[in-house]
Amino acid sequence: MKEPAVETLAAESGWRRFRRDRAAVWSGWFLAAIAAVCFLSPWIAPFPYMEQNLAQSAMAPSSAHWLGTDLLGRDVLSRLLQGGMISLFVGLIATAVALVLGICYGVLAAELGGRAEDLLMRGVDVVSTLPLTLVVILATVVFGQNLPMIFLAVGGVSWLTMARIIRNQTRELRGSQFVQAAESLGQSRWGVFRRHYLPNLAGTIAVCATLTVPGVMLLEAFVSFLGLGVKAPMTSWGLMIKEGSDIMEECPWLLVSPSVVFALTLLSLNFLGDGLRDAFDPRTSRK
Amino acid sequence: MAYVLRRLLEMVPVLLVVVVATFLLAHAVPGGPFDKDRPLPAEVKARLEAYYGLDQPLPKQLGNYVVHLAQGDLGPSLKYPGWTVREVIGSRIGVSCALGFVSLFVAVLIGVPVGVLAASRPNSWLDRVPMGFTLVGICVPSFVLGPILALVFALGLGWLPPCGWGSPEHFVLPALTLGLITAAPLARLTRGSLMEVRSLDYVRTARAKGVPPLRVWFVHALRNALLPVVTYLGPAAAGLVSGSFVVESLFDVPGMGRLFVTAIINRDVMLILGTTIVYAAALLFLNLAADLANAALNPKVARGR
Repeated sequence: MKEPAVETLAAESGWRRFRRDRAAVWSGWFLAAIAAVCFLSPWIAPFPYMEQNLAQSAMAPSSAHWLGTDLLGRDVLSRLLQGGMISLFVGLIATAVALVLGICYGVLAAELGGRAEDLLMRGVDVVSTLPLTLVVILATVVFGQNLPMIFLAVGGVSWLTMARIIRNQTRELRGSQFVQAAESLGQSRWGVFRRHYLPNLAGTIAVCATLTVPGVMLLEAFVSFLGLGVKAPMTSWGLMIKEGSDIMEECPWLLVSPSVVFALTLLSLNFLGDGLRDAFDPRTSRK
Repeated sequence: MAYVLRRLLEMVPVLLVVVVATFLLAHAVPGGPFDKDRPLPAEVKARLEAYYGLDQPLPKQLGNYVVHLAQGDLGPSLKYPGWTVREVIGSRIGVSCALGFVSLFVAVLIGVPVGVLAASRPNSWLDRVPMGFTLVGICVPSFVLGPILALVFALGLGWLPPCGWGSPEHFVLPALTLGLITAAPLARLTRGSLMEVRSLDYVRTARAKGVPPLRVWFVHALRNALLPVVTYLGPAAAGLVSGSFVVESLFDVPGMGRLFVTAIINRDVMLILGTTIVYAAALLFLNLAADLANAALNPKVARGR
């Protein structure tokens, strides 16, 4: 039941289009590099990120400490890598949470159809107008500011757009002939979902996911910035920016390096997401 | 009119859900408002809790709260003795509203013209440079832009006060931070939708029948192109709300955003609830307003109803 020729052709031309998008390709490499150094930080960081050296506190960047040290004499570069690991981790896991929720909700709505679908989608509209940041803050405080809860809380409010897009796509698929054929041949709903919906939604899902990651990372940084997210001695980019902005007059380097890395990462994620969308989304690729 | 009424009625269950959810979350926050460094004597704490009704079963508290809420009573603040939540919020909300509206104004004033400019010469440097900036604007969150602006304009150049509240100069940095952050997506949206509208038949017709180009541009195209922009103002307001948390703490602005954050840190359950409800209601209204403005601008929507 595979139709390899058409599928691979579409995918191949998608990749070719993607490779022509220089900004997206460079962003991809940049992100890969950032992710690699951050996730390898326990082994490659120049200093342990928690090691305090009060004799060398608040030092400007030097050859020993490339990005300087903070008030407790901790190496900023090492902390930047560790913080990046946490931020990226939140980005990935919370996006996965949002993906699962969004796909389930969207497909369910499209499958139910009729009034139930209207009600479900109206619910999404209403919820997306609410101040969800407040909910995230409350939830992380309630459940103890630990990482798994941050994943859940951040992911739990980031699935709305995803649900909308998935539902629209599923509705289109549902009316298509090959799905109707599968149904008339007696394939179960689960079978249709697994064999037909998921493979056809894969591109959309990948694009959506890439574009959700920056929002999710922003949310985590935001909550951590307010001192209500990731807790010391652990750190994240949001928390580092907060600590830096507190003493930016005396030690601007504490603010600059996490801000720049964070902004560049978000920028690349956006470029990558846009590139993927232009290359693989059938509606925009024909332009 | 019936539509407005329906939308208003629809808000009631939504707000109720918000109340219940926030109520449960706020009461589940570990640590109570009366936990201090030195623990209060047990009987004093019990008296305090009885006074505020915190000793009753949770469903009953919730019921009481909703009944009072329906009468516009948000209950007493637990951390500001003698103040009701309404008074506390009332003393702060003006500041936040003023800041919010000025920011939105700044955002529209910068975002829309930049979008129009970029769309008028697509793919030229007039398009590329501003759009590059907007991309940066989207990726630089308020808590990065705010400190950078303060570093440059307050500490570096000394033009503006770094923080505080009271005089018009104090408005500039917070409003600029929030405004610039919101202007970036607005500019992109304006450009995108102008590009789309401009290739439509009715614009070509207008041009063909000899309407002056500027009139086509501003009267025919822009009106339709602004529809998604107007709709976006609702979500943009939500962004301003969360941005205000950051900006108000950064620049020491005595507004609602900071109130909410301190309420959480103080475990002031009533104040957490009160602020959340006010925010939720405000955002629902703003979205309704955006939809109505959209309907007023869009002949298709207006006739559909």
